[in-house]
Amino acid sequence: MSKPATPVAPPLKDELDIVIPTIRNLDFLEMWRPFFQPYHLIIVQDGDPTKTIKVPEGFDYELYNRNDINRILGPKASCISFKDSACRCFGFLVSKKKYIFTIDDDCFVAKDPTGKEINALQQHIQNLLTPSTPFFFNTLYDPFRDGADFVRGYPFSMREGVPTAVSHGLWLNIPDYDAPTQLVKPLERNTRYVDAVLTIPKGTLFPMCGMNLAFDRELIGPAMYFGLMGDGQPIGRYDDMWAGWCTKVITDHLGLGVKTGLPYIWHSKASNPFVNLKKEYKGIYWQEDIIPFFQSVTLPKESTTVQKCYIELSKLVKEKLGPIDPYFQKLADAMVTWIDAWDEINSPAQSAPAAADAKKVESSSKKK
Amino acid sequence: MSQVIIQDDEVDIVIGAIQSDLTSFMEAWRPMFSRFHLIIVQDPDLNGELKIPGGFNLNLYTKSDMDKVVGSSSSTISFSGYSCRYFGYLMSRKKYIISIDDDCIPAKDSKGELVDAVAQHITNLTTPATPFFFNTLYDPFCKGTDFVRGYPFSLRNGVECGLSCGLWLNLADYDAPTQALKPNARNSRYVDAVLTVPSRTMLPLSGINIAFNNELVGPALLPAFRLTKEGKFRWETVEDIWTGMCAKVVCDHLKLGVKSGLPYVWRQERGSAVESLKKEWEGVQLMEEVVPFFQSVRLSEAAVTAEDCVAEIAASVKEQLGRSNPMFARAAETMVEWIKLWKQVRSQ
Repeated sequence: MSKPATPVAPPLKDELDIVIPTIRNLDFLEMWRPFFQPYHLIIVQDGDPTKTIKVPEGFDYELYNRNDINRILGPKASCISFKDSACRCFGFLVSKKKYIFTIDDDCFVAKDPTGKEINALQQHIQNLLTPSTPFFFNTLYDPFRDGADFVRGYPFSMREGVPTAVSHGLWLNIPDYDAPTQLVKPLERNTRYVDAVLTIPKGTLFPMCGMNLAFDRELIGPAMYFGLMGDGQPIGRYDDMWAGWCTKVITDHLGLGVKTGLPYIWHSKASNPFVNLKKEYKGIYWQEDIIPFFQSVTLPKESTTVQKCYIELSKLVKEKLGPIDPYFQKLADAMVTWIDAWDEINSPAQSAPAAADAKKVESSSKKK
Repeated sequence: MSQVIIQDDEVDIVIGAIQSDLTSFMEAWRPMFSRFHLIIVQDPDLNGELKIPGGFNLNLYTKSDMDKVVGSSSSTISFSGYSCRYFGYLMSRKKYIISIDDDCIPAKDSKGELVDAVAQHITNLTTPATPFFFNTLYDPFCKGTDFVRGYPFSLRNGVECGLSCGLWLNLADYDAPTQALKPNARNSRYVDAVLTVPSRTMLPLSGINIAFNNELVGPALLPAFRLTKEGKFRWETVEDIWTGMCAKVVCDHLKLGVKSGLPYVWRQERGSAVESLKKEWEGVQLMEEVVPFFQSVRLSEAAVTAEDCVAEIAASVKEQLGRSNPMFARAAETMVEWIKLWKQVRSQ
């Protein structure tokens, strides 16, 4: 491939934030440096706020720990989970960018079948910048990819597609299995590289994994609330699932698209299945009620913004899922708190002070 | 590969012969076809005798057989062109039917190995489908993969698979305008996945490379909707697209699965998209009208077999679409005739 005479700026360099929740360290960023360095990072430090998380040199970032979250949100901080990677959604809240890419700190650069390193971020950007096709299934997958198109029989009236709100990537090596599956198949590794991106059809739910995810914050941001998990909560490892179900219902309602497939990252760390089982236990049988709820929920025509949809959803959660366990009533309240926080932080009047707060957080934040 | 053992005599491979010389086609597929019984149906518009190499266990049907079976009972059912294969479906008594166009040969996978399309279709049909919730790692019944975290446990048994839709390398199944705009576009991407097309989601079902459970959905694979100037190239037809939407509605209603993806076949060059452009636009316009219909049609609880479902769809087509265009009314009539014929042939 020929190189341009003048250097081409990385796509969306000033329009995308990379949000990383971490409790350990950020060594994994070294491997991602060639792909991530041009972008701004938002690090959300979970766990002990007195611990110092070292960020590799040369990255432009802001870092928030629990103290910062409490200070910035005040009483509304109750909606942000503690001791769970669900806290990442705080990063979505305070970002000022149009696009978000979020990745776990145990995810590394994968290689495609030719041995080439995969620039996951670039693929996500491509997914988000090309339309989705949720109303009719294209058997050759994403028709907007190079080398593909709409097949015979695909209605012409649907070939423009709709804006893509979410790009859901996958993982090679350690697959994202639940605890029971991990216990039964501890050695299974995902080695199959499926060279496809596809739109998840309207009306179909899916398990959204937060490990390798990108979205258009302007189109769907307020729906990306990762719920109440971790410390003091009866459930864990359902944060991204919850966000995914809410998000899909809302994107379906608003006529937006969700893509899944490429890019792959290399997932290196297998979490402890026994620990996971404890966290997931309630979720496994609660989801038998949660899924039918999300499959049948309808939002009113008047819900024309993501926030309106989300508030409606919170009312329905309280009404329909509340009877299952008091947790859902708490969650419904937290959903409302989240929207309040979102609107407060992201309203034009507020954005200046919030940004000033962020700069104070990490004095060694380097500018490019 | 499948861990389900199926008897070879549960499968029929139905080939619609649009070309007279099937030698290179059959030789290319010999390693995959030879175990099974074949039904070859000659396009009634094709004159002369077919050239078929020896060593296959097969039945050949021609225009005279069609006349005998269908006789004067119907003037609306046509087996001309690509629709000749439906006669083969009608005649088959096997549980599984696999059908491949006669201008396709085995493809090679990304490792360079020949793909056994027959075996893959059988695997697809004999492993469960998962239409009610999307699995992000695609077919969870494939070796080396599973349901992902967050997939509801109560849905992990899956449902029976009614239809398996394969894909094509080289000449993809594009419509004439698309292929004419991109004359050099060839599909070279081998996507190593099978997935279930979710319930209530419509898709363009290409007849080029398909398989189905004849016992469960057989009657839904029917010749009903013909363009007035339907031709002998895939991009001059929409009959399989119509049939595919009927079949998907039937599968959705009967809670059966429809899979799409592997296997690939290699589709050879044939015809000129630009020439075909002169013909195809009429059907394309009509197809736009039918999509909202198929997306919203709902069948009654009383429809418990594929025949019941087809009858109800036909009634809805007549009532809702038949008024706007006589072609739809004719399609509805043909569907009703087809079910009568199906039952008649089965009762003999």
